[in-house]
Amino acid sequence: MSDPNAELMREENPSTVSESMVIIRSRTLQDRVVEAVLPPLVALLVSIVVGDLLILAVGQSPGAVYRLMLEGTWGNAYGFAQVLYKTTTLICTGLAVAVGLRAGLFNIGAEGQLAAGGLAAALVGLALPAGTSALIAVPLCTVGALVAGGAVGFVPGALRAKWGAHEVITTIMLNFIVLALLSWLISTRLRVPETLHTQVIRAGALPRLSAAWSGFHGSAANGSIAIVLCAAVILGWYLFRTRGGFELRAVGLQPEAAENAGISVGRTWIRALTISGALAGLGGINFVLGYEHYYEEGFATGAGFLGIAVALVGRSNPLGVVLAALFFATLSQGGLAINALVPKQMVDALQGVVILAMAASVPEVRRLLALSRGKR
Amino acid sequence: MSPALAFLAQTLRIAVPYLFAAAGGVLAERAGIISLTLEGFMLGGAFSAMLGSYYSGDPWIGVLCGIVGGLALGMVHAVSTIRFKADQVVSGIAINLLAIGLTRYFLKLVFGSSSNSPRVAGFSAGTSSTALMTGLLHNPLIPIGLLIVPAVAWLLYRTPFGLRVRAVGEHPEAANTLGVSVKHVRYAAVALSGALAALGGAYLSLDQHQFTDGMSAGRGFIALAAIIFGRWDPVRAGIACLFFAAAETLQIQLQGMQAIPSQFVQMIPYVLTIIALVGVVGRAVPPAALGRE
Repeated sequence: MSDPNAELMREENPSTVSESMVIIRSRTLQDRVVEAVLPPLVALLVSIVVGDLLILAVGQSPGAVYRLMLEGTWGNAYGFAQVLYKTTTLICTGLAVAVGLRAGLFNIGAEGQLAAGGLAAALVGLALPAGTSALIAVPLCTVGALVAGGAVGFVPGALRAKWGAHEVITTIMLNFIVLALLSWLISTRLRVPETLHTQVIRAGALPRLSAAWSGFHGSAANGSIAIVLCAAVILGWYLFRTRGGFELRAVGLQPEAAENAGISVGRTWIRALTISGALAGLGGINFVLGYEHYYEEGFATGAGFLGIAVALVGRSNPLGVVLAALFFATLSQGGLAINALVPKQMVDALQGVVILAMAASVPEVRRLLALSRGKR
Repeated sequence: MSPALAFLAQTLRIAVPYLFAAAGGVLAERAGIISLTLEGFMLGGAFSAMLGSYYSGDPWIGVLCGIVGGLALGMVHAVSTIRFKADQVVSGIAINLLAIGLTRYFLKLVFGSSSNSPRVAGFSAGTSSTALMTGLLHNPLIPIGLLIVPAVAWLLYRTPFGLRVRAVGEHPEAANTLGVSVKHVRYAAVALSGALAALGGAYLSLDQHQFTDGMSAGRGFIALAAIIFGRWDPVRAGIACLFFAAAETLQIQLQGMQAIPSQFVQMIPYVLTIIALVGVVGRAVPPAALGRE
């Protein structure tokens, strides 16, 4: 017979993974939906209000500006294709941050991982003999991008697991280190003289979407979006349908309980950040294989921090990340469309506003829900 | 001027913005609020200082406006993390993006440029190497920057406010029991950190007599690296700032000789910070309540 008191204590204080999962499940479905959907809506509302103020500051009408933004993005084929192009990279950095958050880790180094992935894809494409079939070359370049990004992600994972060095700081610091290393490689060895980019790859180029439909003519959107969407599906399956994904989420929810359940927290951290880095690195194929066909210094600028916005608004859910990436890509492409009326720099400010409003409304919504639960 | 003196003068000029930002960041971090915001505070400070100087023609009004800009950004961060309990890392990143976005937007709006402001009144600093030492005295923000670190150390270790800051950062529950308002102390510490980091930004734009897009250029993160490398102590963080600045100066002066690639010198603060966190030579341990409510 087991001690009934022990049973009672465990009910209040989850000591195993399944128990903490049960506690999370025990919130009603309605509450969980509200908790997931309300903060992004609040963030959207706040950013529209701030956007209105910025538009009114230049003496334009917000309605006209937003209409122009929609027309320039979803309103025509070229604009839409450009949104898809920008979405592709953001899905990757967004998934990267999301998988980290699921494991309770904050990967701020997606920009460096993305850049490393791009360079690796280009190096593989340069090393292959010209005329290599795309069926062989594209997977090889893609694996190169995954491995390089994963290697950069592995380091902060190991630093956290072995020495307890906090990943927020180490990923920021590694970002600067990796970008400086890549810059040195480009400037001393790899670049075409007088430029900041490598030679054009010999194999591994992906077709543009305009090859399938001429309406997309002139847009950089390319086949890598299919690969990236597959990655999102695989990640969703991994997180929610496999033992490894379960362990990863368990560590994110309750590291102590996971440890008690026999999950190695350190190893899970390393695995999560390696996967995270690999996903960010995958984004490199969008620019390198799909668009310019070479690696260029600075192509990743800003995509890492935007990935954080994407993961937050997408609530670290692969489907949510894809939708949030579409939203932020629309915002960024929309900035170009409205430039005649309002400085396009407005969207840079709005990105900050969205993240801030998200960060502030998530705990607020959770607090209000807990209050209303208490009353019921 | 002797080469040694020129080296010292240039090191001090490079170190000043780091010193301001690190001094501010130490205060916020010791109060338990993560300082990923320093970069944004500096950029906002640099822009508002330029704006103040542009409209008034007086660099001191610029300094004042810079402080106000930093205070404003600091308060946004304080309200979001303290009132709304937003994740401090996320809020910090949002503040940085907000500062980049707003400065770009208003640069375009006010001056019609996406790269830089027109020339504004600033503090003269001699550019030729012979005038470096006198230049140090002509720009009053340089001596202020050098004094700010001991001033913050005094504030932190020798005043009741400093004691409260440290208490709130190490053990907020205990501080609360003793009647210290955790919220108020943290609001004050974050606002101060915004103002101080903004002074570092003001130094940048008033020294160059103009604002350029993204002119903080990662200096806020170098200051954060100095804080961690200095183990959250203002004086040690200040020494780390001077050391990072000396490495940069060395790199600039050796540029002609191609001795070390500039990228490797740029890496020094970041590599050292990771080494400090890993604990090869004594581990860097953050304030106990850093990042917690």
